[in-house]
Parts: sequence; C-alpha cells; structure tokens
Amino acid sequence: MKIGVVTFPGSNCDYDCLHAVEETIGGQAIYLWHAEADLQGSDAVFLPGGFSYGDYLRAGAIARVSPIMEEVRAFANAGGPVAGICNGFQILCEAGLLPGGLIRNRSLRFASRSVRLRVEATDSLWMSRYEAGQVLRVPIAHGEGCYVADEATLDELESSARVAFRYMGEASPNGSARNIAGIVNEAGNVLGMMPHPERAVDALLGSTDGVPLFRAVESHLNAGVGR
Amino acid sequence: MRVVPRAGILDPQGNAVAGALGSLGFDGISEVHVGRLITLRLLAASEADARERAEAMCRRLLANPVTEDFEIRVAS
Repeated sequence: MKIGVVTFPGSNCDYDCLHAVEETIGGQAIYLWHAEADLQGSDAVFLPGGFSYGDYLRAGAIARVSPIMEEVRAFANAGGPVAGICNGFQILCEAGLLPGGLIRNRSLRFASRSVRLRVEATDSLWMSRYEAGQVLRVPIAHGEGCYVADEATLDELESSARVAFRYMGEASPNGSARNIAGIVNEAGNVLGMMPHPERAVDALLGSTDGVPLFRAVESHLNAGVGR
Repeated sequence: MRVVPRAGILDPQGNAVAGALGSLGFDGISEVHVGRLITLRLLAASEADARERAEAMCRRLLANPVTEDFEIRVAS
C-alpha cells in the first residue's frame, strides 16, 4: 500500500501528514511534488495544509492548476481516495472536485486552537471508522475556513449525507455555513476538511481522534475495493 | 478585471472596513466590499476578442464563481 502526500510550494503540514500516515497505516508514505504529473502509483492521496503559493489570488487558486492536480483529478474521478486537509480542502474546492468555497473567517482572525467536532455522515470510505454523532477533539489552524455554498448546494449536501464533520457549540470558529467543517463528494471518495486530523494521532499531543480517518482508508484499500 | 465578493455572501473584510470608517466619523455608509483589481496588457485582435479572453480568465482562475463576481474594462 502506497500513500502519497503532495507538497506544493508553501505546504507546511506535509511532514505532519506523512508522519501521521506512517504512524497509523501499515504501508509506504511518499511525498509527491506538485510540479510532477505523477502519483507514483499511490493508492490514496493527501493534499496537506499550508499556504500554497502564499495564498496569492485566493487560497488554493494557484495550486489547483499545478501539473499534479490533473493527475489528482483523474485519480479522484476514477474513484481513488483523495483527502484535502485545510489548504488541501481549499484546493479541492478551487479545483471543483468538491462543491462550495472557503472564504476569510468571519472574525477576520486566524483561528488556531483545538475544537470539538461532531461526526455526521459515516457512509463514505473516509468516515467508516467513526460513529455518527461521535464527538472528536481536533485542532484547527486557518484564516480562510469559512465554508460557503448556495442554499441548494447546502441542502443537497445535507440530504445526500455528505456533511462529514460539523463544528460543535453555539458558533463555528470561522462562520461556516451550517457549521460545516468537512464534506465528501458524491461518490464519497474525496474528502475535504478544515480541521487537522494529522495533528491528532498521538496521545502525547492531546488527541488521537484523527486516527480512525487514516485507518478507514487503510481498511478500504486492504479490502481491495480501491482502484 | 475587478473582482468583488458575490452579492449576498458574507464579506467580513467589508464589514470590518465599514466599522473602521464609522469610527473615523464617516457616516451614512453601508454595503462596503473589498475586492481586488487585476490589470494586464493583452495582445488581441479586437476589443471583443480581448473581452472574451478576459472573461475566460476570470471564469477559470481570476475569480471564484462560487464566492465572487467580476467586471471587465477594456482600454486600447
């Protein structure tokens, strides 16, 4: 099993993501360079957090035209598991692989803290190791994490069980529509989320609530129902 | 190309600027929006051609159709 983590210029969670894969999944974790249109036979791909291209134009807007993104798109369209975390979520939205977009936090502040998330739909391959309604503690660290989409899209996400995670509490940390923290695509193989599960895989760092996400893709690949 | 937050979409930057203008004593202000201006020189066969290509650039990269609206001005 080979798991690829894409490094864009300005990615800064790529090492954390690689480390989390190595800690949680029995397999090989490799870096993929944004400028190379080659997934090197990866069985699953992570787009990590950071500030690709300095967030120039819009967060994720430049990264999504990187050579590797054409390969990621083809892989995703063929049912390959793809997860975008934080900046990776922004890139997936910019690429049109997930609906909606992420704009500046309502507070205008960079939000960096631990938050409580509620697990919503668990039908997708990424969510299979969570229980619906389960409460997780996972860190966030973003300035542009306010999820927006038109009402029809939001309704469809809810009715088709594609909201993966929601922020808990009275107000979301960034003003996201319907407190949405993470969503999946229609086929369930592409996940985007603003919180950082790769920073929640070690009890020493305060939480292991991110582990099931990595184990879920491992189970999926082991079951041979991947590509 | 002038790119602005889509009408009806939360514009926290615009709201913050509106508040700051208010605290400087400027009154009667509403609907403040902060966007961006992109200028470029383009070799094109005609003004219509330039506009068409600029529109394609906005749709595909310079503006996000989910969150932003754009306007184009062509000068030759």
